[in-house]
Amino acid sequence: MTAEPTSARSQARYDAETLASLTADAAQIMARYPDPRSGLLPMLHLVQSVDGYVSRDGIMFCAEQLGMTAAEVSAVATFYTQYKRHPNGTYTVGVCTNTLCAVMGGDAIFEELSEHLGVGHDETTEDGAITLERVECNAACDYAPVVMVNWEFFDNQTPESAAALTDRLRLGEDVAPTRGASSVCSFKRMSRVLAGFPDGRADEGETAGAPTLAGLRLARAASGSVGEGDPSSPGAPSASVVPPSAPARPGQPGDEGSPSPTSGAASASGPAAGRAPGTGEEQQEAEVPPETGAERSSAERKPAATGDESPGRSPSGGKADPEPERKGRDDD
Amino acid sequence: MTDLLPVLTDTWDAERSWKLATYEEAGGYAGLRKALTMEPGDLVQAVKDSGLRGRGGAGFPTGMKWGFLPPPDGGPRYLVVNADESEPGTCKDIPLMLASPQHLIEGVAITSYAIGCDHAFIYVRGEVLHVYRRLLAAVTEARDAGYLGTDVLGSGFDLEVTVHAGAGAYICGEETALLDSLEGKRGQPRLKPPFPAVAGLYARPTVVNNVESIASVPGIVAHGPDWFSAMGTEKSSGHGLFSLSGHVTRPGQYEAPLGITLRELLDLAGGVRAGHELKFWTPGGSSTPIFTADQLDTPLDYESVGAAGSMLGTRALQIFDDTTCVVRAVSRWTDFYAHESCGKCTPCREGTYWLKQVLHRIEAGDGEERDVDLLLDLCDNILGRAFCALGDGATSPVTSSVELFRDEYQAHIDGGGCPFDPSASALFEYTPRNRRTPALAGGAGVGGH
Ligand SMILES: Cc1cc2nc3c(=O)[nH]c(=O)nc-3n(C[C@H](O)[C@H](O)[C@H](O)COP(=O)(O)O)c2cc1C
Ligand code: SF4
Ligand code: FES
Repeated sequence: MTAEPTSARSQARYDAETLASLTADAAQIMARYPDPRSGLLPMLHLVQSVDGYVSRDGIMFCAEQLGMTAAEVSAVATFYTQYKRHPNGTYTVGVCTNTLCAVMGGDAIFEELSEHLGVGHDETTEDGAITLERVECNAACDYAPVVMVNWEFFDNQTPESAAALTDRLRLGEDVAPTRGASSVCSFKRMSRVLAGFPDGRADEGETAGAPTLAGLRLARAASGSVGEGDPSSPGAPSASVVPPSAPARPGQPGDEGSPSPTSGAASASGPAAGRAPGTGEEQQEAEVPPETGAERSSAERKPAATGDESPGRSPSGGKADPEPERKGRDDD
Repeated sequence: MTDLLPVLTDTWDAERSWKLATYEEAGGYAGLRKALTMEPGDLVQAVKDSGLRGRGGAGFPTGMKWGFLPPPDGGPRYLVVNADESEPGTCKDIPLMLASPQHLIEGVAITSYAIGCDHAFIYVRGEVLHVYRRLLAAVTEARDAGYLGTDVLGSGFDLEVTVHAGAGAYICGEETALLDSLEGKRGQPRLKPPFPAVAGLYARPTVVNNVESIASVPGIVAHGPDWFSAMGTEKSSGHGLFSLSGHVTRPGQYEAPLGITLRELLDLAGGVRAGHELKFWTPGGSSTPIFTADQLDTPLDYESVGAAGSMLGTRALQIFDDTTCVVRAVSRWTDFYAHESCGKCTPCREGTYWLKQVLHRIEAGDGEERDVDLLLDLCDNILGRAFCALGDGATSPVTSSVELFRDEYQAHIDGGGCPFDPSASALFEYTPRNRRTPALAGGAGVGGH
């Protein structure tokens, strides 16, 4: 606002051309949702694709598009770790240091990179190439230790491989993730994809690495079948390895044809104790939910309805709602 | 011996498995074709009959959840797929969407038809670029083929699907926080009730389901509920992805009927890392109390894992061998909860902060005699008092590890430091630069939101 606005109507100081294309993109984003406000997260990715971070102008732009105040946009942007408050490097190099990866070597990788690059967590190298981060579990634990570069997977890393990777990034070489596109794109390009604008690279790269296919390969070996889905199965892609004899649509409970998935393929030592395979009698009794009640936070455990359920709940069930009236108070 | 059972994984080794043509060749979209000839209510009933329970962690019966939607009132109803996969250790939905996104899209189409939804959303975490690319492309391919869009396969049913990228926040996996985030707000949990089934996205009736839950629907419809309920156990029916990670010879995805045991899975995966013994493991992610070798034969179904003192959760089986310091592991998980606490309620916001402080000083050898009891006290003050299940989850690793390995905590306090060599647990040789882990170094440490 100190500099001259290039558009009479916008307080975001983008040049006319940038503003026009941002505005057109923002319109597309908002059109994806019944309520345009839902477009805020993609729109923040969009401004990062232009500025390399969520700039003051980017915030103004989003606010104007959505009829919000800059403070409201800011409050949202600062909640999410992917929105950067400072210009990001061309590449975010994120080392997973959540427990599993840390233990498997992620801590050593982070230490090595930090020393090698001379920066700490959330800092950018002087040449502007790399922003180093410690990241949380990125759903690739079976490939630990994991490094993410602009949120593409670099699996099974070592301190040496990670250091070499950053060297190549700084030299401007094309670097290929282990699972992903055929090369890593820049932070800005990535941000544009995350805003929902495809870059046409979905078909690049492999299907899956060895861990992803570990169980499937064993099942194939056990059943002697190679290749994809069972052509004899007319239904959805389905269990070609379930007992080879199993019909795609099993008959009624007790039918000869009922699949008995616990026997067959890999070994035939019969169902484990307590299992009731193939009887079909185990259908849920009407509307009685199985014991899931304990999975809701006790502070919200009132109605026995569709509740939450989270991965996180003490098995003991904890104390039953010790101070139910507290919850209002804790709510800012 | 329980056998592996590829259903969702069955097409993953095909050439260009993510393409619609590959999926169709393997019989894909037969479920949708069949569904469109059925009454929506009969589809809900079929899913109820199958016994499918939510695969996102809690195991709530999926068909029953759909059945909670109020009768149609002419206004919109929504399906929101939870593809935020961020619970530490959990790594099943991401490979599924990378290898076979159409499986999910078909499930979205069938579910939307069943619940009367004409605009569905897939909320995928923002930190998986290629997964997002594949999902966007999969929706386009499905729309071009007439499986989505107006008048799906000539049935008169219309369906729009929006794939939405998040921006980095574990709490957005909690279903009501996810809805707030999808509405363009900070992702903080909502007070329940009202439940999303009654007032969800834009305060309209909404079903929120996990990726794997929805991807399991096409098979149920195509093959019938009995096919599904014949797998697994009586109350935990069907197939599930078991994700083995850590100190195991062949980590990865193992799809099997619910009720398989860790011993069986480890046999398939080549066992614990050569030369080492199993020390502890999580049955369903970091928010589920840890187990030891004593639970190797516990059937991995909701009831049995619950009875053994933990939760099946997301079937994220993180395996740690005898080289791993349990205090280090729990301390790091606690850093995660402290970082990801959304700050809405005091017990979790303050409690996770203090847990982190105490664990750091124990780990660094500065622990005091009373610190282990202090940890338990802090957990006591969080458990049952937190606004959402993140807070409760944060206490699970702490309380369970103290119960099982109190001696090891004590050894850190008595010995003034960690008795383990961190390099012994790594997959490669290295010389630790300092015995304090990076997170302990403070300063440039992981910050909060
Ligand atoms: C802190 C927290 C994080 C969660 N993260 C996820 C997640 O990443 N994916 C998921 O499907 N469910 C997650 N959940 C569970 C969801 O709240 C919800 O129960 C689930 O999406 C319902 O789907 P389902 O019934 O198909 O399992 C989380 C819960 C909590 C409390
Ligand atoms: S328990 Fe934690 S994450 Fe959940 S509402 Fe409270 S502060 Fe937020
Ligand atoms: S702990 Fe690193 S990817 Fe899961």
